[in-house]
Amino acid sequence: MSENDIGTSRIDRHPILEFHRRKELTIYYHGRPILAYEGETVASALYAAGVRTFSYSPGLDRPRGLFCAIGKCASCVMNIDGISNVRSCITPVRNGMIVEEQKGAGTFPETTVGDYETASPELEADMVIIGGGPAGLSAALEAADLGMSVLLLDENHQLGGQLIKQTHRFFGSKEHDAGVRGVTIAKSMIEKVEASDKVSVLLGTTAFGYYPGGVIAAVKENKQLVKITGKRVLLATGAAENSLAFENNDLPGVYGAGAAQTLMNVYGVKPGDEVLMVGSGNVGVIVSYQLMQAGVRIKAIVEAMPKIGAYFVHAAKIRRFGVPIYVGHSIKRAFGNGKVEGATIVKLDDKWQPVPGTEFDVKCDVICLSVGLHPSYELMAQAGCAIKFIPELSGHVAVHNRNLETTVPGIYVAGDSSGVEEASIAMMEGKVAAISAAFSLGKPVGEKRKEADQMLEHTQKQLESLRDGPFGARGRNGKRKSFELYEQLTGARV
Amino acid sequence: MSDSPDEKIIICRCEDVTRADILKAIREGGFTDLESLRHHLNIGRGPCQGKTCIPLVIRILRQETGASMEEIGLPTARPPVRPIPLGILNVNEGGGE
Repeated sequence: MSENDIGTSRIDRHPILEFHRRKELTIYYHGRPILAYEGETVASALYAAGVRTFSYSPGLDRPRGLFCAIGKCASCVMNIDGISNVRSCITPVRNGMIVEEQKGAGTFPETTVGDYETASPELEADMVIIGGGPAGLSAALEAADLGMSVLLLDENHQLGGQLIKQTHRFFGSKEHDAGVRGVTIAKSMIEKVEASDKVSVLLGTTAFGYYPGGVIAAVKENKQLVKITGKRVLLATGAAENSLAFENNDLPGVYGAGAAQTLMNVYGVKPGDEVLMVGSGNVGVIVSYQLMQAGVRIKAIVEAMPKIGAYFVHAAKIRRFGVPIYVGHSIKRAFGNGKVEGATIVKLDDKWQPVPGTEFDVKCDVICLSVGLHPSYELMAQAGCAIKFIPELSGHVAVHNRNLETTVPGIYVAGDSSGVEEASIAMMEGKVAAISAAFSLGKPVGEKRKEADQMLEHTQKQLESLRDGPFGARGRNGKRKSFELYEQLTGARV
Repeated sequence: MSDSPDEKIIICRCEDVTRADILKAIREGGFTDLESLRHHLNIGRGPCQGKTCIPLVIRILRQETGASMEEIGLPTARPPVRPIPLGILNVNEGGGE
């Protein structure tokens, strides 16, 4: 790779987004200086400089790159400033940072207890919220409005979760931001949260365990242990990208569709030049369109089902550009020397089995997997919440009632962590959870209470209307199962 | 290296467990529930703690054994749920070791 490659995949012109690059910094990748911008992550800086391999796997010594790019999958772990297993995708760059490929499971640091803070603060709030995505932000604002002190944690170095990469306009009712782009909604909510004197925000802070006594253990900036307790707790931990089993599915260049979206829409870095999209649901089709807006060519979209999964309007946009959509097909393998150079596609029969002789190759440098997400339920499980598999909610979730309370009183879920649906639903669920939590603490009182009662009722109705109709059937059925399970497990009627 | 495609299908990235490894463990080893399969192959015990592999392993188990989700079970989610530096746990509290 020549020095000339540096910066070539940075997006300079974009029809919707403007990338205001901040201060220039230098990080060192195996001694080689790499240009980075303040506020971006190690992964995005390396990616912009053409680095695709971040580590070599422990047993088979296979090259690995990004996969989820939101800190969940650990595919991007690297040696950063002498520490192994650091998630490069959520670690912000710092001037002079030393970054190296990780070999296998990593190495013990040469300095043992180095720079860690030895004091561990104990923080409390009426409402502790883990996750600053659409559900968490909306809950924080509502809880603050109802008079609760709020502590909001996110492991990323900026708030907004996946909303900060949603450049498309939202559906739903006018009242709930339909026609507005996700990025705009995120910006407005983040500004309100930052302006609120009731909400404390801890960024770069990873909640890693829920301990007996209701103590949430978190690590701040990879340097300090923080112990957190809340009178009420909302676990709005989101969801993780699903993978798919095909040959060389771990080759650098095989990414979750959300990772491609993070690179291009949050950091202004092109994920590649030619993309094969696997999955034609809304995410697959919307991300394909957004890739085209970023100047990337979509070679094809592959869909195992016999028809396109996305809403008609989204799919029509792609079709207009002449992108082939192969329904009833799947990816058989990825190939390439150290990184993706192409994919083999195969036709499926009506029993989902590959039809021999129907294989064909597509040349591409990125394969995006848009095959769904599954809720992040781990903290709920540690907290003792009943966890059940509900396919309509996309995986294992903490069983919850209509007010989003789990089987452990005082612990709530909202958004994708309570079942993978849409951001507009996540925001409403956050609101419902916050109001329910406030009520259980006897807040607010008087006239404000009446208003809150109405707001709760109204938001519940909004949720029902968003889940109405054929596209909402999945979420509607999934939630019904959860509410019924809640009644069975707690003996309560809500 | 064998030519079996299953040996190039990576199910658990952190621990380098392939589809071939899992099929062998189920068919020859009799590991037919998630927890024992996980102990046998170390699936989901790396830095990500199973966030990418567990749904794939569940799918293979269901295909191979026809078991229900209840029978397959769910592994215990232990802390830390994210990779963290162990050094931070060395806090000076109560003057202990």
